[in-house]
Amino acid sequence: MIDLVAAAIAGFCVLAVAGGLLGRAAAGHFLVYGGCLLLCLGTLGAGLAAMMAPPTTLLLPLGIPWIGVHLRLDALSGFFLFLVGLGSAGASLFAIGYAAHDEQPQRVLPFYPLFLAGMHLVLLADDAFAFQFAWELMSLASWALVLAQHRDPANAQAGFVYLVMAVFSGLAMLLSFALMAGGQGSFAFDAMRASHPAPILAAVAFGLALVGAGSKAGLVPLHVWLPLAHPAAPSHVSALMSGVMTKVALYGFIRVVFDLLGGVPWWAATIVLVLGGVTAVVGVLQAMLERDLKRLLAYSTVENIGIVFVGLGLAMAFRANGFVAGAALAFTAALFHALNHTLFKSLLFFGAGAVLTVTGTRDIDQLGGLIKRMPVTSAAVLAGCLAISALPPMNGFASEWLTFQAVLLRPELPQWGLKLAIPADGALLALAAALAAACFVRMFGIAFLGRPRSIEAAIAHEVDRWSLGAMVGFGTLALLAGLFPGVVIDLLRPVSKAVLGASMPVQMGDPWMTTIPVEASRSSYNAALLALFVALSGGLAAVMVKRLGSRGLRRAPAWDCGFPDPSPMTQYTGGSFAQPVQRVYEGLGYQVREHVDMPPPGATRAARFSTTRSDLVWDWVYRPLGDWVGRIAGALNVLQFLTIRRYLGFVFVALIVLLLALALWQ
Amino acid sequence: MRDFTIQLLQMTLVLALAPLLTGLVRKVKARFQRRLGPPLIQPYRDLRRLIGKDVVMAEQASWLFRVAPYAIFGCIWVAAALVPTFATGLMFSWSGDLIVIAGLLGTARFIQALAGMDIGTSFGGIGASREVMIASLAEPAMIMIIFSVALIAGSTQLSVVADHMLTAHVGLRVSLALALVALLIVALAENARIPADNPATHLELTMVHEAMVLEYSGRHLAMIELGAAVKLLLYMSMIACIFFPLGLAGGLSGARVSVAALLLGAATYAVKLVIGGALLGTFEMSIAKMRVFRLPNFVGGALMLSLLGVLLLFVSRGM
Repeated sequence: MIDLVAAAIAGFCVLAVAGGLLGRAAAGHFLVYGGCLLLCLGTLGAGLAAMMAPPTTLLLPLGIPWIGVHLRLDALSGFFLFLVGLGSAGASLFAIGYAAHDEQPQRVLPFYPLFLAGMHLVLLADDAFAFQFAWELMSLASWALVLAQHRDPANAQAGFVYLVMAVFSGLAMLLSFALMAGGQGSFAFDAMRASHPAPILAAVAFGLALVGAGSKAGLVPLHVWLPLAHPAAPSHVSALMSGVMTKVALYGFIRVVFDLLGGVPWWAATIVLVLGGVTAVVGVLQAMLERDLKRLLAYSTVENIGIVFVGLGLAMAFRANGFVAGAALAFTAALFHALNHTLFKSLLFFGAGAVLTVTGTRDIDQLGGLIKRMPVTSAAVLAGCLAISALPPMNGFASEWLTFQAVLLRPELPQWGLKLAIPADGALLALAAALAAACFVRMFGIAFLGRPRSIEAAIAHEVDRWSLGAMVGFGTLALLAGLFPGVVIDLLRPVSKAVLGASMPVQMGDPWMTTIPVEASRSSYNAALLALFVALSGGLAAVMVKRLGSRGLRRAPAWDCGFPDPSPMTQYTGGSFAQPVQRVYEGLGYQVREHVDMPPPGATRAARFSTTRSDLVWDWVYRPLGDWVGRIAGALNVLQFLTIRRYLGFVFVALIVLLLALALWQ
Repeated sequence: MRDFTIQLLQMTLVLALAPLLTGLVRKVKARFQRRLGPPLIQPYRDLRRLIGKDVVMAEQASWLFRVAPYAIFGCIWVAAALVPTFATGLMFSWSGDLIVIAGLLGTARFIQALAGMDIGTSFGGIGASREVMIASLAEPAMIMIIFSVALIAGSTQLSVVADHMLTAHVGLRVSLALALVALLIVALAENARIPADNPATHLELTMVHEAMVLEYSGRHLAMIELGAAVKLLLYMSMIACIFFPLGLAGGLSGARVSVAALLLGAATYAVKLVIGGALLGTFEMSIAKMRVFRLPNFVGGALMLSLLGVLLLFVSRGM
């Protein structure tokens, strides 16, 4: 199995070369994306098979001489392989149609397969060198993709911030591995599993892994690059970065914390819980206030990563207290949500890409009325919005429901930190879910409903069939995963068994296919049956009303309380829709100043209202940090213009100091 | 078979009683204003009249606008069917717990807000935007209330919760009291009652729910009105069965319930509804409508109270 996946990764590299050579040819994009689609379907299947099978390993004579590259495919990497394969297959399918209009395909085609290769390789890596190499390959290839349209100054800025954060993340992971490798210096994961570092070292390794993987995934306050970089890339790459690459980062975190470190103390769980809850709320609030369609989606990714981290934190908390059954429930909920997020976030980015292709804008205040011009895209995006807002019967609700069940599972944990963090996280999750619903009512309502606010929106048309196929396919999968959550939970059983040694009970054995996380008297959920009931009662009502009452329907101008305004500019905009929420939650990660310029009575000039919003994370963390780095760099500037004599002197002094330090250490 | 009958009976009962409850609240309010008020069955007449009328729909309305009334009604009705009214042990109660009920109501609200924005008028936008603002506080408050109740009863399943409250010696609990106050606030806000919203107004900038459904007419409007009435009944039944389960037929799950117990349950349920309707009417007459930007304090208060209740429960365990 693993050699097939390794072959697929080699295939990606071949496609990258082909993309470089054929970049400008008409058939180039068809070859690259079609090839990627086929390879991803293969890795998807391999991942599915690997979840059920025992771990397999492979040693490649590459990398560092005489050490080679260790690869391993177990249940955990199998699940993430399935997820990455699925998300990448969808993105490649979408790209076959979407990228046909690409103006500079040679800037995308060579790096896209490399990006896929990097993500796949991270999942297979079984030593720190391979992991680190793949991690950086993933970062650099995606960085090149972010800069595909590098002439836009905003994109150049995004690329810079992304590169800094990616380097930071790679460095943190590297140090974490170095600490786990210990004195023997063996970088194979097997050796790390076997060695048990001192608690203080393990704690530092945990912190570094949290920072390294968290900054790649978008954990607050390390999320700032996400809303800059994800939208800058072409839409199918945005979908990959948001829907898939963040999951690879989650995999890195799970691999280190759950597998290599083999269990962490309860305070670590508290940190993860707090960060996850804060991330969920801060992310969704920023999404609510955003006008740019793709930035909105990127912020919402931050929210969903927070939800997954809450699930992982719960699993860590239960595990630290020896309650593995609860840990299995929380862990399953987290992975389920990760899969769901891949489905609906990719779908929403495809939708944003379709809108961008047709109208040329990502500003929701320039859109409107697309539901009539782009019916299939709109229906698929609506399904995605329902799913991401955690509403039944879609898949987002199923995983949030499981997470809530995990929160309620064991209130009698002994540690005070957890006693406070777990219920607080329950509240933060509920708040995030409600705000996500608000955010996506706004996104869909402003961009797809109402009347068109620009000519481009008014003359929009449906996109090509490849793109539609990708959107409809992912929408259907999101619905199916929501209707039959038991299938996904059962699929995840071997993963949680392999990682935690326990798994949730079998779900599909129930005659009605009801999801029962613990026991029937505690909680149960049957999405398919409820969806059937809703459809039946709604349909019954429609039939009865039409039979008993009137069937007539007349079209007339909108009533609008008797004062219809012909201009679509009087509609609510993104800004006006968000204003109540913006006022209520001010201070949670952002600050808003509202300026009212009211002319005195009698003056004829227009009154003006404007708002300025500042991101507190940026203002309090990154700007001071940037200033500080700048000042130090300025102070060290004198070192740049010294004579060779002095440089040699420095080297000598440094050598002496290091030798002295070593002597004293011994 | 018996379970199925009870389930079917409750579903039809919910639908049949809902307009009556709305009528009762209106009657109480009218009496306070020294008006005779419309007869109790007026909401039924309104519904019949609306169903008989043709729909006048805005030219720019999309398919979503036409499907929404039935979808909203379906979601609310199914949610209501999961709440025990006069007997626990509903046949399909296992298909969803309290969180699912909150979720179904969330779906209904999501579709309603979208339908409000479909025509592209400023009234629809104002209603939808305020609705989601209120919901962003009321929904987490609801989840926290559910947490309180679930931690006490050891289940999120509403039938089990009701049985637990009915049989076990729960006693007076601070968390339950906090949850009750919070649930009352959430119920007022979610049902567009005073002080959160005014169900009687049509031409005020303060309105929320009515602004969203402004463009609806005929049978579509009838479905939305009926849905709103069922939602009010749902919240009242939920409060009754969690906090005042007295008389609810069922008791220990699994045991057969006698016909006498069912009749007793139905009678007490009717009494509870009358008391609830009268209290709601009285409350609405004794308080003024709040400004929209005062509402976050009101509904946010519910969130804080319910969160406090949950924290108390977590902290008091295992000590």
